Amino acid sequence: MFVTFKNRSKHMLEFLKQPWPWYLAGPLIGLTVPALLLLGNKSFGISSSLRHICASCFPANIPFFKYEWKKEVWNLVFVFGIFLGGAIAMQLLSNPNPVVVNPKLAAELAGYGITNYENLVPTDVMNWTSLFTLRGFLLMVVGGFLVGFGTRYAGGCTSGHAIMGLSNLQWPSLVATISFMIGGLIMGNLILPYILSL
Amino acid sequence: MQQDNNTDFEIRSLDAICVNESHLEHKWYHNSKYLIVGILFGIVFVKSEVVSWFRIQEMFRLQSFHMYGIIGSAVVVGMISVWLIKKFNIKTIYSETIEFHTKSFNKGQIYGGLLFGLGWAVTGACPGPLFAQIGTGATVILATLISAIAGTWVYGLFRDKLPH
Repeated sequence: MFVTFKNRSKHMLEFLKQPWPWYLAGPLIGLTVPALLLLGNKSFGISSSLRHICASCFPANIPFFKYEWKKEVWNLVFVFGIFLGGAIAMQLLSNPNPVVVNPKLAAELAGYGITNYENLVPTDVMNWTSLFTLRGFLLMVVGGFLVGFGTRYAGGCTSGHAIMGLSNLQWPSLVATISFMIGGLIMGNLILPYILSL
Repeated sequence: MQQDNNTDFEIRSLDAICVNESHLEHKWYHNSKYLIVGILFGIVFVKSEVVSWFRIQEMFRLQSFHMYGIIGSAVVVGMISVWLIKKFNIKTIYSETIEFHTKSFNKGQIYGGLLFGLGWAVTGACPGPLFAQIGTGATVILATLISAIAGTWVYGLFRDKLPH
């Protein structure tokens, strides 16, 4: 009996270490919506945390950042949790095998010198040394700026618009989600190949 | 005083979808609930490879169903949850009525949405995954995060001059 249990928990851990399929991960992410609502009347949204960081650290008398950010501390605690979750997943549930991607993508990326699939980010082009090259600067600094500027201009990101907004049947969130996808399709297919070739 | 509170809420709600006004005052440690949800969420993020730059490239090249399956099933579960909460008037654990905010359309959702889409495909991350990626040890992504905070700040600075 005990041996079976031990075996089972071993199998469970092995299972958890594998990449989780979409039909498990998607519903779990969706459950964040009711979890936050039921725990404290909070609407799911992550990009707002960037605004709260501005409001708490560099308000600079800008009206957009002059509000009582302390009321939104929950959001900062939540993203700190995401950071910790990333660390825990890496330490305890790490998949020993590299990410498996579509062979067509792997072939294309190999052409840009991206062959290391050990990490979640492509360390061949995203590392501290490459940060100071034109390619790395465009990938990380300019890309990051577009993420921060664009999400706030759009009033939300994938969580606030695509998941929370669509869950609440808000059509402006559908407009935003379609715009995210169009922007991503343009960058991924038409512009990024040139950046990666630099 | 009441007037002040309302003004504050209006400013906080600007371009933000995630502002719900809870009228309850809690001690700081009540926030640990959100820490736990965040941790679980971060683990799912990493284990489903949603935070993988490679997975985002696959998605935008239409080479894999994985990301579409995740976002699609998350939305379906979210929709059913919101519908159930409204239908049965389910309250929070503190017996507060759950409030939903309608989102009004402005052109920022298109312009900003397109700009964010460009950034999403380059960095391979939306704001949530940035935090998770740093957690997994990709410290250089701190530069991306700081840049994203700078982008948000610059938006705040020029907000009045941008078309909405």
